[in-house]
Amino acid sequence: MTSSTTPVLRVDNVWKLFGEHPVLRGISLEVAAHEVVVLIGASGSGKSTLLKTINLLEPVNDGQIFLGDEDITDPQVKPDAVRAQVGVVFQHYNLFPHMSVLANVALALRQVHGQDKATAEARGLELLTRIGLGDKAGEYPDRLSGGQQQRVAIARAIASDPRLLLLDEITSALDPQLVGEVLDLVRELKKSGSTILMATHEMGFARRVADRVVFLKDGVIVEAGTPEQIFENPQNPATREFLARVLNPLG
Amino acid sequence: MPGAPAFSPSGVELDRRRYRRTQGKRSVLISVASTVIFAVVVLGVLFSSSGWPQVQESFFDWNTMVSSVGPILVGLWLNIQVLVVAAIGVAIFGSLLAIARTLRGPIFTPIRLLAAGYTDIFRGVPVLLVLYLVGFGLPGLNLFDRMPAQFWGTIALILCYSAYVAEVLRAGIEAVHPSQRLAARALGLSHAKTLRLVVMPQAVRKVTPALMNDFVSMQKDVGLISVLGAVDAIRAAQIQVAQEYNFSPYVVAGILFVLLSLPMIRLTDWYTARAQKREQIGGAV
Ligand SMILES: Nc1ncnc2c1ncn2[C@@H]1O[C@H](COP(=O)(O)OP(=O)(O)OP(=O)(O)O)[C@@H](O)[C@H]1O
Ligand SMILES: [Mg+2]
Repeated sequence: MTSSTTPVLRVDNVWKLFGEHPVLRGISLEVAAHEVVVLIGASGSGKSTLLKTINLLEPVNDGQIFLGDEDITDPQVKPDAVRAQVGVVFQHYNLFPHMSVLANVALALRQVHGQDKATAEARGLELLTRIGLGDKAGEYPDRLSGGQQQRVAIARAIASDPRLLLLDEITSALDPQLVGEVLDLVRELKKSGSTILMATHEMGFARRVADRVVFLKDGVIVEAGTPEQIFENPQNPATREFLARVLNPLG
Repeated sequence: MPGAPAFSPSGVELDRRRYRRTQGKRSVLISVASTVIFAVVVLGVLFSSSGWPQVQESFFDWNTMVSSVGPILVGLWLNIQVLVVAAIGVAIFGSLLAIARTLRGPIFTPIRLLAAGYTDIFRGVPVLLVLYLVGFGLPGLNLFDRMPAQFWGTIALILCYSAYVAEVLRAGIEAVHPSQRLAARALGLSHAKTLRLVVMPQAVRKVTPALMNDFVSMQKDVGLISVLGAVDAIRAAQIQVAQEYNFSPYVVAGILFVLLSLPMIRLTDWYTARAQKREQIGGAV
């Protein structure tokens, strides 16, 4: 019963503490359908932690997270059911090394979504072909380049048509020349209407692909807006300082 | 790739290959020569020793060896059957123990402690002792109708070896990078499926050499069931020894046990080399 105005994701005043140490301090954020929202911020600002709470890999200490109309922080909600609707790709390509590329992509379709082997593999092959890796379907991940592995990880995450895709610095473990091929794939996902929340250090990419940019500092959203607002005309001194540092690291 | 030149090795590369080939031939020759010399020296010392004729007569009597092979092979068949059943039992029970020891969370504390206590005790007690206790003690409980000695022997082997295997598997489970578990959970896989489809297969691959080692070790320990009266290869050899007043049947049994284990050992080497490469990328940090 998701009306067109209900955001796909609504994070409402979320707090997360590790021991005494608050890592998220009252985060509120919305991601509308087909929107690409990019999280930026210094290392340790809480980007990964925020993405993990959304996927219920970390429990929140306060606040609520809604996926569509459903409060997924409700303890009665089954985490696996939520995770089945949210695709995630991490910084380090976490393909399963003991399975072929195709088996990686088809795993959740078979084991979580209950598809039979033929259906799941047909879908997997279709996706791999779409990302230009159809000929690698039978290979094991160690035979792929880092960029190819990360593209397979993305294919694995979108195989089951998740409502929301979380991408956590998916290019930061890659050589510069491999970054492009992964980002091209993300741009294509945006074009085909995926809803994406991603953390990245690639400011140029954030600028081109984001509908909205959210700047995080010490677990607080300091500033959010369109890429133009954030990159051309940041209002907050902290944002200005951060951008000056990442855009011109030697200056 | 149309247009791209086909690979044809240059003169430099051909020289390198020629050099490597001659080097390869040389090292084979050297290793053959050194092996032959070593064998000649060892056998020379052995055969020239004053006691050799007696030893040869009582341990290497050809006729006795030939005549004892049949019954010993029949016994060995029992060993193999026990081995197969015990290996399956160990795989199941050992995995359960290992998983029990890696369970986190306060609810599982009793299970974890129980598993830990079990592995500690059964790794400490000699296999022979467990065989006696199980083989002569448990039947007294009259839980089942009379079972043959090999039944109790199999149980005892499973009890002992599960403890070893559980420890090896636990090390393997803990060596699987946490990001692998996280990635599996993130896909929506349940805890059990994550364990079964992602963690265990990688854990087993990581510790395959150690597991195979335990298997080979169990392969010879199945011979211990003879102490319970099961007529296995050792027991069959013993009977022959008593009849012939000659120890050669023991040597035959020994050779057969070695032959039994050789394929397993080769298989392990091959498999480990093949699997190793794949797991290397697992959980790049
Ligand atoms: N499991 C954990 N236990 C304790 N502290 C943690 C844990 N995970 C993260 N933290 C802490 O939370 C803070 C935020 O970490 P997080 O990984 O969210 O940062 P990030 O913004 O993703 O940084 P980066 O850009 O380096 O990936 C850090 O100070 C980190 O030390
Ligand atoms: Mg991070």
